[in-house]
Amino acid sequence: MEANTRSTGRLPAAFLTPGSSSFMDFLAEHAPEQLPGSRPLPPVQGAVEAPHGTTIVAATFPGGVVLAGDRRATMGNMIAQRDIEKVFPADEYSAVGIAGTAGLAVEMVKLFQLELEHFEKVEGAQLSLEGKANRLSTMIRGNLGMAMQGLAVVPLFAGYDPDRSRGRIFSYDVTGGRSEEPGFAAVGSGSVFARGSLKKLHRAELSEEQAATVVVQALYDAADDDSATGGPDLVRRIYPVVAIINDEGYRRLTEAEVSEIARSVHEGRLRYPDGPQAPVL
Amino acid sequence: MSTPFYVSPQQAMADRAEYARKGIARGRSVVVLQYADGIVFVAENPSRALHKVSEIYDRIAFAAVGKYNEFENLRIGGVRYADLRGYTYDRDDVTARGLANVYAQTLGTIFSSAGEKPYEVELIVAEVGAAPQDDQIYRLPHDGSIVDEHGSVAVGGNSDQIGSHLGERQRDDMTLGEALRLAVEALGRDGNGGGRTLTADQLEVAVLDRTRPQQRKFKRVLGSRLTRLLEDPAASSDTAEDDDAEGGPGPATPSPDRSDASGTSDTDETA
Repeated sequence: MEANTRSTGRLPAAFLTPGSSSFMDFLAEHAPEQLPGSRPLPPVQGAVEAPHGTTIVAATFPGGVVLAGDRRATMGNMIAQRDIEKVFPADEYSAVGIAGTAGLAVEMVKLFQLELEHFEKVEGAQLSLEGKANRLSTMIRGNLGMAMQGLAVVPLFAGYDPDRSRGRIFSYDVTGGRSEEPGFAAVGSGSVFARGSLKKLHRAELSEEQAATVVVQALYDAADDDSATGGPDLVRRIYPVVAIINDEGYRRLTEAEVSEIARSVHEGRLRYPDGPQAPVL
Repeated sequence: MSTPFYVSPQQAMADRAEYARKGIARGRSVVVLQYADGIVFVAENPSRALHKVSEIYDRIAFAAVGKYNEFENLRIGGVRYADLRGYTYDRDDVTARGLANVYAQTLGTIFSSAGEKPYEVELIVAEVGAAPQDDQIYRLPHDGSIVDEHGSVAVGGNSDQIGSHLGERQRDDMTLGEALRLAVEALGRDGNGGGRTLTADQLEVAVLDRTRPQQRKFKRVLGSRLTRLLEDPAASSDTAEDDDAEGGPGPATPSPDRSDASGTSDTDETA
């Protein structure tokens, strides 16, 4: 029965084998060459030059989470792209923002989205938020060989957990280590500055709009001190990507909404170039 | 020394077809209808967990009657085929025609292979287009043939009668409520001309809605919305109660559905 399954045009046996609901498992079995982690690495000396994405920030608010990223990709000291998008919906209730090697990261996100969608279609139910975070962990681990050669991908994962009715943020290291971040998190080259900013601005009782403003402030601070992070470009009308995930699902703020936030942040900076001032005590 | 009985190829194929047809006819029917905003799938199915109608890809859905394990196997094969194709090329390159071809080849090979029992299934693969004339509906009987259908189609036991009832009354400009009520009326007809009335909890309903802003156009019609559409002719204009996100993929089964999935032990052998 299995003889010549490829030439008859029928579905090959691997397609009809009962088993895993994971698209990655299916790829590993049927088309391993398409799996990002399983490609052989050519020996290279020194760092590989490829566009890198920079800063991603996330902050929770009661009932949800906001995830935002700047729009710059750099290659060494060059700006490789000024309007790259680094925040993507992973599924209806989660999103992923990427820092690190842009090409690999975008491929990873594409596979991650498909992994979640595939599971949902096969099983008829969504993965738990923890389950999604763990799948992403596995994918980052699969990229370890590349990361050792300087092509690391470090995402930030945020989603709404319907079981707990709140937003949650997960950060990763290059080895796939996962940690849940309470309140806020940042990754990428400007993350140090963004985190400092979030620390002073983020509060537990922020509204959705305030949380969106806080992440734009943090990106502004990151862009202020990190050359690889791009600030809001009022001239070219390139603004950060800001996504909100709450019990209604993923929603990317429209350009008009983000431009309004970016403009008001900019106005504030005209008065206080270092941004809002926190009380000393 | 025993001589095997000679069975003519015609007879062998007729026997296999008869076997498959009987299996399919035992099950309850599924109907698929075009309406103004897309394609609606209606199945008589008391189970909330074992689906006869499912999402395959952005614009493509699958409906089946017959033996559950066989069509479930084909469904998962189809999801894998579509996802792999979309991953390799692009999401736009996954088409119902391609999928229907693969299903036809699979069913045809199994049907004519002496070593395998023919599948007792009949499938429908449908794709919603940007406009009603771009909609595609393919019916795939057990033997691997493909029938390109328009307007409405019924499969399963009693499908001839249901199909002709639908064919006379279906219009492409029907609202969702009208199409749904017509489908339910058709499904409720038994062989003697008498009618049963099917209620919301006996039905599995899903739509491919071209007006949905999400990339994934498949949506199950559940609970109160289904009851409302079935009862009230005025509620048929209800289209978007839930569609807000731009571009993002939508859930195939919204969360309320999940609680039901564990609590059912319905073994739907020839659903």
